[in-house]
Parts: sequence; C-alpha cells; structure tokens
Amino acid sequence: MTLTLPHYLSLGAMLFAMSVVGIFLNRKNLIVLLMCIELMLLAVNMNFVAFSHYLGDMHGQVFVFFILTVAAAESAIGLALLVLLFRNKSNINVDELNSLKG
Amino acid sequence: MSATLSASTLLAVPLAPLVGSVVAGLFGTKFGGDHIGRKVTHSLTILGVLVAFIISAMTLKSVVVDGARFNATLYEWMVVGGLKMEVGFLVDGLTAMMMCVVTFVSLMVHIYTIGYMQEDDGYNRFFAYISLFTFSMLMLVMSNNMLQLFFGWEAVGLVSYLLIGFWYNKPTAIFANMKAFVVNRVGDFGFILGIGLIAAYAGTLNYGEAFAKADALARLSFPGTEWMLITVICICLFIGAMGKSAQFPLHVWLPDSMEGPTPISALIHAATMVTAGIFMVARMSPLFEMSDTALSFILVIGAITALFMGFLGIIQNDIKRVVAYSTLSQLGYMTVALGASAYSVAVFHLMTHAFFKALLFLGAGSVIIGMHHNQDIRWMGNVRKYMPITWITSLVGSLALIGTPFFSGFYSKDSIIEAVHESHLWGSGFAYFSVVAGVFITAFYSFRMYFLVFHGKERYDQNPDAHHDAHHDDAHDAHGHDDHHGHDAKPHESPWVVWLPLVLLAIPSVVIGFMTIQPMLFGEFFKDAIVVDSHKHHAMKEMAEAFHGPVAMAIHGLSTLPFWLALAGVVAAFYMYMVNPALPAAIRRAFGPVYRLLENKYYLDWFNENVIARGTRALGTGLWKGGDQAVIDGAIVNGSWKLVGRISGAVRWLQTGYIYHYAFAMLLGVFVLMTYFIWFNR
Repeated sequence: MTLTLPHYLSLGAMLFAMSVVGIFLNRKNLIVLLMCIELMLLAVNMNFVAFSHYLGDMHGQVFVFFILTVAAAESAIGLALLVLLFRNKSNINVDELNSLKG
Repeated sequence: MSATLSASTLLAVPLAPLVGSVVAGLFGTKFGGDHIGRKVTHSLTILGVLVAFIISAMTLKSVVVDGARFNATLYEWMVVGGLKMEVGFLVDGLTAMMMCVVTFVSLMVHIYTIGYMQEDDGYNRFFAYISLFTFSMLMLVMSNNMLQLFFGWEAVGLVSYLLIGFWYNKPTAIFANMKAFVVNRVGDFGFILGIGLIAAYAGTLNYGEAFAKADALARLSFPGTEWMLITVICICLFIGAMGKSAQFPLHVWLPDSMEGPTPISALIHAATMVTAGIFMVARMSPLFEMSDTALSFILVIGAITALFMGFLGIIQNDIKRVVAYSTLSQLGYMTVALGASAYSVAVFHLMTHAFFKALLFLGAGSVIIGMHHNQDIRWMGNVRKYMPITWITSLVGSLALIGTPFFSGFYSKDSIIEAVHESHLWGSGFAYFSVVAGVFITAFYSFRMYFLVFHGKERYDQNPDAHHDAHHDDAHDAHGHDDHHGHDAKPHESPWVVWLPLVLLAIPSVVIGFMTIQPMLFGEFFKDAIVVDSHKHHAMKEMAEAFHGPVAMAIHGLSTLPFWLALAGVVAAFYMYMVNPALPAAIRRAFGPVYRLLENKYYLDWFNENVIARGTRALGTGLWKGGDQAVIDGAIVNGSWKLVGRISGAVRWLQTGYIYHYAFAMLLGVFVLMTYFIWFNR
C-alpha cells in the first residue's frame, strides 16, 4: 500500500480535530491548551509538507520552517506568561481565568 | 389733508387715557405702594379721558366741517422682508365717529364709577383698567393697519378678561373670565388667519394698500381648492368678529361676562368693545364687498343671533342678563346689516346702540345700587317712586331700544330692516324674517324688565335670599354693602355722579338718530371709509331713493309692520306682567320643553362644556398619554437606551471571558469562512 495524498491530509485533519477537541474539553490546565495549539500548528505543517511533496514545490517546506520557528517562540512566550500567571493567581485553572469578562 | 389734524394731536387721544391708567395702576394700587388716593386716581383718569374726548370731538368737527383726513404712519416698528409693521393712524368719518362714541361713553362710565364703586377696595385698580381699555379701544379704531388693529383687538380682550374677573375672589367670575378669554381665542384664531392671508397675498398690512389690491385678490382662488381666496379671507376675518362681537355660536361668553361690575358691562360688553367686530367688518368693507358668499354667511349668522338670543332675554330674571341678551340680539342686527352690504347702517346702529345700551346698563346698575345689590327683577317693583331719574332715563333707553319713532333706535333699526328687505343675497329672506320677528321679541323683553322693575307692586321683602344673595350664578360681589341689607330697606335714588351720566346718555339716545341719519346713511360722511358696490348690492341705493328726511321716515314708520310689532310686544308685556301676572307661569307650564330649552340657553353651554371642552381635554390627554408619554418618552427616549441595553446584554452574554469560548468562536469563524469559500467560489 502506498501512502497517497489523502492519507496525509486525513492525518492532518485528525491532528487538527484532536487539538480542537482538546481546546474545548480541557477546563483545567492552561498547559494542555498550549500543547493543543502546538498540535494544531503541527497539523498545518503536515498539510504543508504533504502538498509540497505532492506538487513538487519546495515553498511549502520553507513555510514549515517558519511555522516551527514561530511555534517555538510562541511556546516560550506562552510558558513565560503561564509562569507569571501562576505567580499572580497561584493556579492555572482555565475555568477561573475569566477576568476578561466585562 | 387739512392742517387741522396733526399727528401729535391725534397721538394725544390714545395716550392721555394711557397715562392716566399707568399712573393709577402703578401708584394707586398695592402694586406700587398705594401712593395716591382715590380722589387723585379718579380725577386723573377722568381728566385723561376728558382730554381724549375733547380732541376726538374737535377731530370729528374738522372731519365733518373741513373734510379733513389723516392717514400716516407715525412709527415703524420693524420691516420683515417687504412686510412693514407700523403704528399709524387713519382718521376719516368712521374713525372720528368711533373715537367720539368710545371716549364719550368711557367718560360717562368713568364718572359713574365714582358712585358705583365707592365702597369697593379695588377702586383705583378699576380706574386703571377702564382707562387702559379706553386706550386699547382707541388704538383699535384709529389704526391704519391690521397689525395695530390686532394689537388693539387683543388689548381690549385682555382688559375685558381682567374686568370680568375683577372680583377675583368669586369663583363664578373667574370661570366667566376664563370662558370669555377662551371663546375669544377661537375667534381671534380666525382673525389672525385672515390677516395672515391678506399679508401673504397682498403683501401689506396697511389698509389703503391692501384695499387697493382687493380686485386682484378677488380673482385668486385658495391654493389646492376651488374656493375664492377673498371668501376665505372674509370668513376668517368675520370669525374674529364673531368672537369679539359675540355672534352665534361664539356668543356664550357675553352673558357670563355680566359677572363683572356693571360699569364695565356698559362700557365694554355693550357699548364699545363688542362692537369692535362690527367696526372691523365695516372698515374692511372693500374686501367684504368682493365676496357674496361671505356676506351671506354674515347675514345668516347675524339673523340667528338677532332672533334666538332675543328669545333667551325673555326668560332671564337677572336684570343685567336681560340687558346682556338684548345686547347680543342688537349685535345680531348690526351683523345682519353688514351682511346686507349696508355697512353704514350697521355703524349707525352701532352708534345709537352704544348710547342707549350704555344708558340701559348704567340704569340697571343704578337700580342695583338702589336695591342694595339685588339683581333679580322678580324681587323689584315700583322702583320709579324711589328713583325717578333712573326711571325716566331707563324708560328713554327702552323706548330707544325697541325702536319708537323719533328715538335714535328707530332710525337705525328701521334702516337695518329696510336694508335687509332690499337685499337679494342668499339667506336674506330668513334674515328679514328674523329681524322683523326680533322687533316684537325686543319690545317684549325690554318692557317685561321695565314693568317688573319700575312698576307694579313692591316685592323687595319677598326675596328669599335677601341676606345671602345666594343666587349662585349672578350673586352680588365682594363688596361691603352687607351692613345695610335688610327687609325694610327701601330703594333710594343714586348720587349725582351716577345719575348725571344717565341724563347725559339719555340725550343722544333720543336725538342722535334724528340728527345724523341723513349725513351718515345717505350723505358724504362715510364716503371714503366704506365702499359699497352699488351694482351688485343696491340696498343702500334703493334706501336713499326712498328716504325723504328723518321726519317723513318716522311718520311713515308709524304705519309699518315693525312699529306695530313693537307696540304689540309692549302691550303683551304689559298684559302679562301688570294686568294678569299669573299668565307667564301658565304659559311656562304649557310650553315646558320650550321653556327648558330656553332656560338652558339651547344647551350650547352644555354642548361646549361636555363635547367641545371635554373633547379637547380628551384629545389633549390622548396626545399627552399616547403621543408624549408612549411614543416620545416611551419609544424614542426610553426606547433608545433600552435597545442599547438589550443589544449590549446579548453581546455581554457572548463575552464569557473563557479562552476556549473565544477559540471556539475563532474556529467557528474559520469554518464558516472556509465553507463559504469552498461552496460559493467554486
């Protein structure tokens, strides 16, 4: 059996769906939320690589590097924010982080 | 223009009473600290009116003898676009005659007031008011433009309001003055619409300039309709006259105005102010001549007033109200004459009526003083024994009123009947019937009152409320006459300040008609003041042909129907109230429904209070509750903040503050955008 484009796209879609479900179902931990966002970016990367290979165009893989870089920076900033948040509120429970509400 | 009429002399005529009024009003009342006493007040105001009267008489002389005329603007108030608003005087025969009538009657009333009001606390205030009235009325009649006419018109209305409610502690007086004011507003609204139409289409408020365009106005039609513009203007103006001159159905305020002191009933509500409407129509005769429809309208309204208000006079028991209904009826006669295009006859009747009606009112006031403020004629009788001067002068007034040949009322009233007879406008048949029938009615109620008051048995001690004066609607007043109330008190002749005006008014009541009918009706007196289109309306022309001098007219009058009707009225009154006093009660029983109809004044007051006043209140309440509170306050003002509140409430509900909700919203947005992109941009 050869792996064709639909397989890769299905994998990407599954990863994306998992991360979405993770975002919605997770009420406790902000770290899980960050991880889900990383997973979402990975799903996007998967689609880029698959299309890049399928179309024989290297631009897609270049974008993957950009996204990985941004994702790394984002997790660093996200974790830093998380630490600050924990210092102020002494928990990282998502359900209690609703001070944006007017 | 003759040199004898100078602007400054004329200006002194209205200003002299104004000065008297202002000084008396400011320094003679509590308002200014009671600086001057009663003697100073009445001397000063009488002096002011006397000056006005003397100048008026001189003006009349130069107008009649030298043919002097005056028409000039004295002061320009402002110019709006091309419309000038000015103060100016127009003096011709009509104005000069009105000036003399107004100042003469006013002078008589001023003198009379010294006696009538001597026990009243508001003595100085009263003089201030009647002098102010004289000023306003003079401004009205001397005006050369409609704006000043309207100013005078409203000013006399204001003074009338103040004087009807002179005894402001009396609830009925307050009700009456409010009623007079409100009813006059209805008329004034029509009046100002008429003036506005003239200003809009003629572009001027000045009489002369507006009348010069009368022909052009008569060719226009009212925008959006097929009505003649001139008809609309004339009817609007006449509605103003209906309010001021108390024509049906706006007459309801006049009988109630008898709540005021008697001198003002004589001055304002009989002799001068109520005739302002007649004067105005006569002054505007070049416009009214253009519209037969408006003249027919005037004719019918006048006829209704002349006949039906006379009926009401028959059943009144208050001496002042009898005279008041008689005034209404006589105003109806004048209006009928206007409708028949006999403007000079109307003004002639206005003049004679001013003298004899002021006389009758002041005579009634004198009787009221003599009777210790009892006004009910059922409890009078045989007053002639105690008050001979009042008796004779009242008899003269009554004879003039009913149109006895050689008396002034005969000439004017007979001329009106003759003019209506010659008129061929629509409605003139009804008008002729009304004025002829009105002669009988007038004679009947006048002499009913005369016999009940001056003849017959003395019934002073039968008055059931002699002590309380509690006849609710026309009880006496706030003044302190109570100390001499008593069953034994006989009437006594009034002091000279009261009877002197009676005598002075009785003289013109007798002779003025005889002396002036020739120049006023058929001569040159009103030549340039009153315009009659003698081709269309030939009543005056035919009357002039039939006229052979006042003596011949009086002798011919003896053989005509009105004279015999008047005689029949007097005889009927004599029989019913002197010979067989049980008869009126029997008639009243036999004609119960008719009597009740008259008793309730044709239910017009009822109609006004229950339908018009209540309807207006309901409309006002509806607009307040429905329009103001529901729509403006509820829907627009409160509705806008409620709507914003609701929208923001919904939006706030979306803003939970949970990150995953925002994330979900973003994803949903992406999903929707992608779906749209894929499905619709394929």
